Amino acid sequence: MIQGIPLEHFLVVSTIMFFIGVCGFIIRRNLITMLMAIELILNSVNINFVVFNRYLYPDQLQGQFFSLFIVGIAAAEASVAIALIINIYRNVKNIEVENVNEMKF
Amino acid sequence: MFYLFSGIILICSLLSITTRRILRAAVYLLCVLLATAGLYFMLNYQFMAAVQLTLYAGGIVVLIIFSILLTHHISHRFQHPNLTKLIMGIGAATVGIGLVLTTILSHSFQAGTAPELPVDMTVIGNQLLSTGKNGYVLPFELISILLLAAMIAAIVVAKKEKNKNSEI
Repeated sequence: MIQGIPLEHFLVVSTIMFFIGVCGFIIRRNLITMLMAIELILNSVNINFVVFNRYLYPDQLQGQFFSLFIVGIAAAEASVAIALIINIYRNVKNIEVENVNEMKF
Repeated sequence: MFYLFSGIILICSLLSITTRRILRAAVYLLCVLLATAGLYFMLNYQFMAAVQLTLYAGGIVVLIIFSILLTHHISHRFQHPNLTKLIMGIGAATVGIGLVLTTILSHSFQAGTAPELPVDMTVIGNQLLSTGKNGYVLPFELISILLLAAMIAAIVVAKKEKNKNSEI
């Protein structure tokens, strides 16, 4: 217990944040806001890794390295996704998901 | 302090998926990421918090705001989502929250009793580049290749074609 806060409180916060991200991914129709929802999901997973590392295995660093790598992968993913979004915008002139269905085979 | 940060995280993430202006959504996302960095500071992981601040709050949010400015008018507002999608999204979220929270709260975690490792830069750097026990050199190299591939892919995808018949 660190500063009087039990482990479960962190897990409750990250769980609610994860499912807010899932809900946003479902109800939004804009590509950039869907990308933001994915960032929320990844961020809540990061909190979980770091908190488990800190509370359950304080003599090791596995959780911290995992979340470092997740941050790196999220950066790569965001850059490629934004390149794709800008390219779609050039071709379709907006980025609502309903208008992108001409990419279907 | 923890309850302040978690309140900021929950309220701003909820606002970020419900606001109708896209630029405000990006700013609320920035607030969420900053509060998360505050949580890492509270847990005494300074390096993780610094990475969160520079990469997430500094890098990704700026990238998102740039792309918003390139693809939207500032005064653009979203329409409300249609009702079936709204019900489906909220239903999935509440069912998931209920399931996961009952699982978490019924499980008892055993706190580690090992002495705390002082997390400073030399420990992190040595473990990141060592090949022995607790070494992470393989994922380090993999992620460097991944970042290079992502950089090249972003350039190639976003490049404007000058002439359709000209060779690259």
